[in-house]
Amino acid sequence: MIHFVLLISRQGKVRLTKWYSPYTQKERTKVLRELSGVILTRGPKLCNFVEWRGYKVVYKRYASLYFCMCIDQEDNELEVLEIIHHYVEILDRYFGSVCELDLIFNFHKAYYILDELLIAGELQESSKKSVARLISAQDSLVEMAKEQRSSISNIIAQATK
Amino acid sequence: MDLCSTITQTSHSPLPFHPISIRCHPHHFTAPGKTNTKHERTFSYNHRLTKSALKRRDRDTHSLSLSFYLRSKISQIFVFGSSSGNPNPPIGSDRPFPGAPSIADPIMNPFSSGTRLRDMIRAIRACKTAAEERGVVRKECAAIRAAINENDNDYRHQKRIGYLGLMLLLDERQEVLMLVTNSLKQDLNHSNQYIVGLALCALGNICSAEMARDLAPEVERLLQFRDPNTRKKAALCAIRIIRKVPDLAENFINPAAALLKEKHHGVLITGVQLCTDLCKASADALEYFREKCTEGLVKTLKDVANSPYAPEYDIAGITDPFLHIRLLKLLRVLGQGDADASDLMNDILAQVATKTESNKNAGNAILYECVETIMSIEDNGGLRVLAINILGRFLSNRDNNIRYVALNMLMKAITVDAQAVQRHRATILECVKDSDASIRKRALELVYLLINESNVKPLTKELIDYLEVSDQEFKGDLTAKICSIIAKFSPEKIWYIDQMLKVLSEAGNFVKDEVWHALIVVISNASDLHGYTVRALYRALQTSVEQESLVRVAVWCIGEYGDMLINNVGMLDIEDPITVTESDAVDIIELAIKCHTSDLTTKAMSLIALLKLSSRFPSCSERIRDIIVQNRGNLVLELQQRSIEFNSIIQKHQNIRSALVERMPVLDEATFIGRRAGSMPATVSTSSGASLNLPNGVAKPSAAPLVDLLDLSLDDAPAPSSSGGDFLQDLLGVDLSPSSNQSGTNQASKTGTDVLLDLLSIETPPVQSSSSPPDVLSSIQDSKSPVASLEELALPSSLSGQATTPVGAAPMMDLLDGFVSNPPKPENNGSVYPSVVAFESSALRITFDFSKPPGNPQTTSIQATFTNLSPNVYTDFIFQAAVPKFLQLHLDPASSNTLPATGNGSITQNLRVTNSQHGKKSLVMRIRIAYKINDKDVLEEGQISNFPRVQSSASMVQFGAVFCVHYYIIFLLGILVIEFLPLRHRLEGAHV
Repeated sequence: MIHFVLLISRQGKVRLTKWYSPYTQKERTKVLRELSGVILTRGPKLCNFVEWRGYKVVYKRYASLYFCMCIDQEDNELEVLEIIHHYVEILDRYFGSVCELDLIFNFHKAYYILDELLIAGELQESSKKSVARLISAQDSLVEMAKEQRSSISNIIAQATK
Repeated sequence: MDLCSTITQTSHSPLPFHPISIRCHPHHFTAPGKTNTKHERTFSYNHRLTKSALKRRDRDTHSLSLSFYLRSKISQIFVFGSSSGNPNPPIGSDRPFPGAPSIADPIMNPFSSGTRLRDMIRAIRACKTAAEERGVVRKECAAIRAAINENDNDYRHQKRIGYLGLMLLLDERQEVLMLVTNSLKQDLNHSNQYIVGLALCALGNICSAEMARDLAPEVERLLQFRDPNTRKKAALCAIRIIRKVPDLAENFINPAAALLKEKHHGVLITGVQLCTDLCKASADALEYFREKCTEGLVKTLKDVANSPYAPEYDIAGITDPFLHIRLLKLLRVLGQGDADASDLMNDILAQVATKTESNKNAGNAILYECVETIMSIEDNGGLRVLAINILGRFLSNRDNNIRYVALNMLMKAITVDAQAVQRHRATILECVKDSDASIRKRALELVYLLINESNVKPLTKELIDYLEVSDQEFKGDLTAKICSIIAKFSPEKIWYIDQMLKVLSEAGNFVKDEVWHALIVVISNASDLHGYTVRALYRALQTSVEQESLVRVAVWCIGEYGDMLINNVGMLDIEDPITVTESDAVDIIELAIKCHTSDLTTKAMSLIALLKLSSRFPSCSERIRDIIVQNRGNLVLELQQRSIEFNSIIQKHQNIRSALVERMPVLDEATFIGRRAGSMPATVSTSSGASLNLPNGVAKPSAAPLVDLLDLSLDDAPAPSSSGGDFLQDLLGVDLSPSSNQSGTNQASKTGTDVLLDLLSIETPPVQSSSSPPDVLSSIQDSKSPVASLEELALPSSLSGQATTPVGAAPMMDLLDGFVSNPPKPENNGSVYPSVVAFESSALRITFDFSKPPGNPQTTSIQATFTNLSPNVYTDFIFQAAVPKFLQLHLDPASSNTLPATGNGSITQNLRVTNSQHGKKSLVMRIRIAYKINDKDVLEEGQISNFPRVQSSASMVQFGAVFCVHYYIIFLLGILVIEFLPLRHRLEGAHV
């Protein structure tokens, strides 16, 4: 099971966190500090796994961003690398050559996509296409709702003038 | 009710959201970057303002920032909602802050708070007191709540944001979460599948045990929902639910089995995962799936493995590796411990193991999982060879990830096929020296498992060589493992000592205390290596003074065996001769005591070593005294005290000094190691015939009785032999009455609890620390020397004279009587108890007859009668007994030491037991009988717990008081005895 997902920039800025196991705020900040210290200092040729407090953290660097997932000892590390790559590919497809700024400004989208990929720390979909389909369907629903509402608000606004 | 409003309404404190939970995601509050509307620009401006305000102001900044962030947050939700749809929202009224809910109508005037934010900052900065500031913040919060309440309807379609916030801000441990249960339930029943999906997602990510119980039926229903995307989410929700509440597992067994027949990959993946979790949660589920689904799963895996190119699921030429891996994982769970199920999957596992491409990560991930499954399911030789070969290939891979997982898997494989893993030893040893810490750690653990008697020498050499060059942070792990290897496999003592010395000089600071304690035990046992060891340590100390534990071991050895260092005693062929003068030896200890890196323990040990050397090297005595005196003003009380005491020993007590600083008696290794392992040493039988009689009737200080003592002490309470106290009395030649008797108990129990304590003389508070010791010391002097009083012991009359008078018990009771408010009831006094057969073997029977002296319910007199059941005569018959700490035992001499054959006579012996916990704990005793049949030693042992029960008459309170006094006296006298009494006097058996 994946206990948490972290996106950390090379400067140590946290771009996204998702916790599937309960951690208090204090623990969360501690985890972030500890892990960014460990992971950011590792050399490029070293393996992508770090043993940490009885868990393993699988990380992979894409450009300036580190994608980290914390898993149990007995989980398949290579598969988690594949899940990270899967997530990155979906992000890439959604944003069109995704970059760190996309994730900063549209962090909510990144969360939505992650929620379509993982629930309860387990993978839910192996097809990039179907994740993309689901996300765009929901996006368009929201768009529709917004239009509807803005027209209502326009009406009200005019009525109250 | 909408989610957003639910959360906010629940907390009416000025801080509606948990402050940190918001600040930990700073990027949430970064303004949307694509500032294509004026309002968003305003918004980001607000942010800058907020931040600068935060910087300038440190008082109450938390609540302030919170309020701002909250406003931003809500506006932000609004921005996301309306920025694209409504580029020109109407500008609303411009009521002055902090007036009525100006942002209460965000639809009318969603961003007007921008201008007013500045006003608000101004208002807050103008506040004189913290209370005023809080007032402003409170008003602001009220405004926000009002805003949300009034516009409840307008947020209805914003569920997505609401759920996002819910999942980010709350987790299962917050009680607020309970309040969304109902909203979630409504959404789970919503007609829109996306809203159902959102609710399932939130439930799966953050639900608590109570929510899991409440919403399990909904999830169960959704497992059969028509839309596959909902089914897969429901399956993962079910996983979360059974992880939180394993009792619910059985409800999900049938729906989960149905999911395994799906074609949709998402549903299949989650269904397989759900089944795996169900198998872990419930044995019934495991049995069910094993019977019903194994074949189907094998077929599914076959289909996936053989499926033609499927672009949607393809990764690096493999169709859906995720599904592969999950199927393999479930098959592993099903195959484990079931030969039939394992048989079913053999073929497909062989196919996956051979056909999967291994040039990409996805393929390797599948192979890795497949190997693990092969290793876990029931034995199939051919498959295992295949699996080990795959691992061998992994191990030689250039990719560090692959090597890492190979090492990981080889650790599991070692239990299956150690031989095959041994073949890769050289490669694994290389991995220990890898530059990657993760790989090093894995490899080290694997090497540790690989080591056996045959390869321990070369492997240890490699590891110690590497210790010299390894990173500082790796040294701790490496040292611990090397020490453990050396202790576990050492073929001979000299090798053990050599290797340990190497480790100590390389990484002495990383060596744990128990490791060097063990080394000292080994050294003290290797009597033929004492000289060699002390010389080697002396040499090592010349070069590595900064390694703390090396210094300690060296100091201890030089103190004990200093004379061997000077005289080159016990020279081995392999040694180079060295010339060390007496003052050199003192020099090096002085160096240790003065070295700034030495800590208290080292310095204390050095002082003891100096004291010992002062006796070994009389010519250096004055110089040693000088060094000791220098510590008289030490700031650490312990050292100060020691130096003053040792100084007075050197100065005033020359006559007893040599006896005081005799070599430490040898400690039993097996006992020590057994004690460390926390297990009972099973070596008692080796001690047969060990307790030879000394002329003075005191048991020889051999390892054997110690084993017994520890044996008991591990069992229950430390076992004292209280009559040690009597000997102490004799030894000191004074009638210290109750207290000295007690001290015997204490000292013996200390022996039980900390063997090393006296050996190292570290943690024990030093000698003259209590009020009574001066008397004792003077009495020692009175009787000229302890040796003299020991000689007194040799006279049997002296022994029996002392032993038969109830000195020990009676005054003790007098003392305690002072605390007993109501005298013991008469019916307990002098009662008659039935005699019991305490011990019976084919050769011997022991019968106990009990009597109680009147007025003293705690004491029981026992007459033991030994009867010989065999046709042989027993000679040199010795009965020994040990009791737990709360008992005191006094053994009188036996009537004879020869036991005639076949019950033609018997030996009787009187025992007196005083139970300090009379009425609470019953008597218990461990006994040992040694005798000779035709000059052959025989040893019998047993435990007696079938003593007749005695009713308590004294109240608990009395016992409490008695206990306190009791232990206080024990403490005072124990301190004295521990330092002064050599081990040999601690143990006692009644000798015939």
